[in-house]
Amino acid sequence: MNIQGNEARCTSCHAGYGWKDDTFDFSSERNIDCLVCHDQTGTYEKFPTGAGHPVSEPKKFMGKTYKPPDWNKVAQSVGRPTRDNCGTCHFYGGGGDGVKHGDLDSSLLSPDEQLDVHMDAEGPDFTCIRCHTTKAHKIAGRCYKKPAAKELKSLIEDDLIERITCVSCHTDKPHKPGDKANDHTDKVACQSCHIPAYARQLPTKMWWDWSEAGRMKDGKPYAEHGPFGKHSYHTKKGEFVWAKNVVPEYFWFNGGLEYTLLTDKIDPEKPVKLNRVMGSRDDSRSRIYPFKVHKGKQPYDSKRNTMAALHLFSPKEETAYWGSYDWQKAITAGMEYVGLEYGGEFGFVETVYHFPITHMVAPKENRISCEECHNREGRLANLAGFYMPGRDHHEGLDMVGWIGVVLSLIAVILHGVFRKIAGKKTQR
Amino acid sequence: MNAKNIIYLYPRFERFWHWAQTLLILALLVTGFEIHGTYALLGFETAFTVHNFCAWAWLILYIFIVFWMVTTGEWRHYIPTFRKLYDVSCYYAYGMFRGELHPVPKSVRIKHNPLQRLTYLGIVSALVPFQMITGFFYYYYNSWPQLGLNWTLGTMGFLHMAGAFAFLIFLVVHLYMITTGPTVMAHTRAMFTGWEEVEDVQACEWEDKTQKKETGAALKA
Repeated sequence: MNIQGNEARCTSCHAGYGWKDDTFDFSSERNIDCLVCHDQTGTYEKFPTGAGHPVSEPKKFMGKTYKPPDWNKVAQSVGRPTRDNCGTCHFYGGGGDGVKHGDLDSSLLSPDEQLDVHMDAEGPDFTCIRCHTTKAHKIAGRCYKKPAAKELKSLIEDDLIERITCVSCHTDKPHKPGDKANDHTDKVACQSCHIPAYARQLPTKMWWDWSEAGRMKDGKPYAEHGPFGKHSYHTKKGEFVWAKNVVPEYFWFNGGLEYTLLTDKIDPEKPVKLNRVMGSRDDSRSRIYPFKVHKGKQPYDSKRNTMAALHLFSPKEETAYWGSYDWQKAITAGMEYVGLEYGGEFGFVETVYHFPITHMVAPKENRISCEECHNREGRLANLAGFYMPGRDHHEGLDMVGWIGVVLSLIAVILHGVFRKIAGKKTQR
Repeated sequence: MNAKNIIYLYPRFERFWHWAQTLLILALLVTGFEIHGTYALLGFETAFTVHNFCAWAWLILYIFIVFWMVTTGEWRHYIPTFRKLYDVSCYYAYGMFRGELHPVPKSVRIKHNPLQRLTYLGIVSALVPFQMITGFFYYYYNSWPQLGLNWTLGTMGFLHMAGAFAFLIFLVVHLYMITTGPTVMAHTRAMFTGWEEVEDVQACEWEDKTQKKETGAALKA
């Protein structure tokens, strides 16, 4: 789903505050909201549809009343960002707790040791900025790159600054001397073993089917609750599947993610990878890295075979999907807004999005056991191109070997039987 | 039937290394096939740790065994020979079913028949070092680039597994062959006590050229 055309809503997190229309200057520092990161009263709250602004007088949204901040208190409280500051947006990406990332949700506001050894509120109590270091407000690790590697690469140029990775503190030989695990760090990211599962306390959204959106009950939008007390259906957004304690999928990852753009051609017969994990077995900078694979169905331009921009939210406009529940209108308006041609017909295509998993590092005794991967049907069963003990074997050798063993067994058994029979004869 | 004799054939250290190797081979096979993914028993990590420990233990034992062989002259029992190899093969193929005597009975001078000599020499000088070397490279896979090696782990895994199957096949045959003594448990007992029951001490002179004909005649008689 696109931000463009829906800024008033999305910018309550994304890109600061004050968005009015497409003349908004995204590069201006004056448009960046200081308080959302630096307020320490915990009372500074943006209004969900206020383009990043808090309310000036009490206002209700979805049953919750938003009060205007006490500006004096807020201003006097400013300090280094805490987990609450970062979490306000990052734990709720995609419109709710744990929707986007499987390893970032409100359980990390005050986690215990089991959930995150570093952020453990009773222990080291790391804040986000302990690892996501900053230099003149440039925050390291938007997509927390290659934590097990020496060379670091970034997603956007602004990220090209020093950052703390696992190896920064733990070195690339973090285990006891002679421990075989140290021999893994050249190919396996720390996260792969030390994050046994994500969404360990709160569920995360795994499936989001937009094609089911728009159903009405008694002519009105409605919502249904499923497992974990989470929405399994919402007229506005479609069908959801939530999951807890999810085992990640693993890919070779060099820290780069490549994105499918609105102008890129897609193949609607296959699930569309909205982002692709960069890296390979042969790349010395790639590691085997855990991912949350978020799947769903989204609208696409079925004439031009591109993903479709959608006008989703607008307080006033008729064309917004959350007003009219008319896909055609919403897509037409969305494509027009981003200045792209629309073929005039739409369909729904299955989509796949990869979220790197790097938070929720478990205590060392909870790391996954060797056979989770060193196994014929283990976690890495789908990674090809290399030989891994326990997973791989040479079919031909195994066959010849076992035939040899069985033949020798048959031979000695037959020999023994003959001996027995012959022994009885000679005794007679 | 000739008179039965009991001779002291296997000194203490020989018995020790035999049984130590027995345990090591069994442990290495059990853990090795688990690491290979054939089954799950101890868990991969435990299997790996045990396998690794046994490998190093065997290397140390192996050094002691070689030292013992060289200093005591026991290596002579492993000099390969083809003489009587055919006779011994025939004996196991059908002679023993007819109640014939073993063409090369054990004696203090001749502990092993030619078939055993070839097998044991092959194992001690080829199979064991082969498994040690392939296992060593397998374990130090990460250091290959520093050593300038451009092999694949799959190749090393293949070689090490081929050796493992050879060991397993040897074990099957060996376990059977040790039952072919005067009684089923005779050889096994001897390997515990050191004392082996032999049928005719004289018949062991087969290797001595001057007595060859004589022995042959005695055997036929």
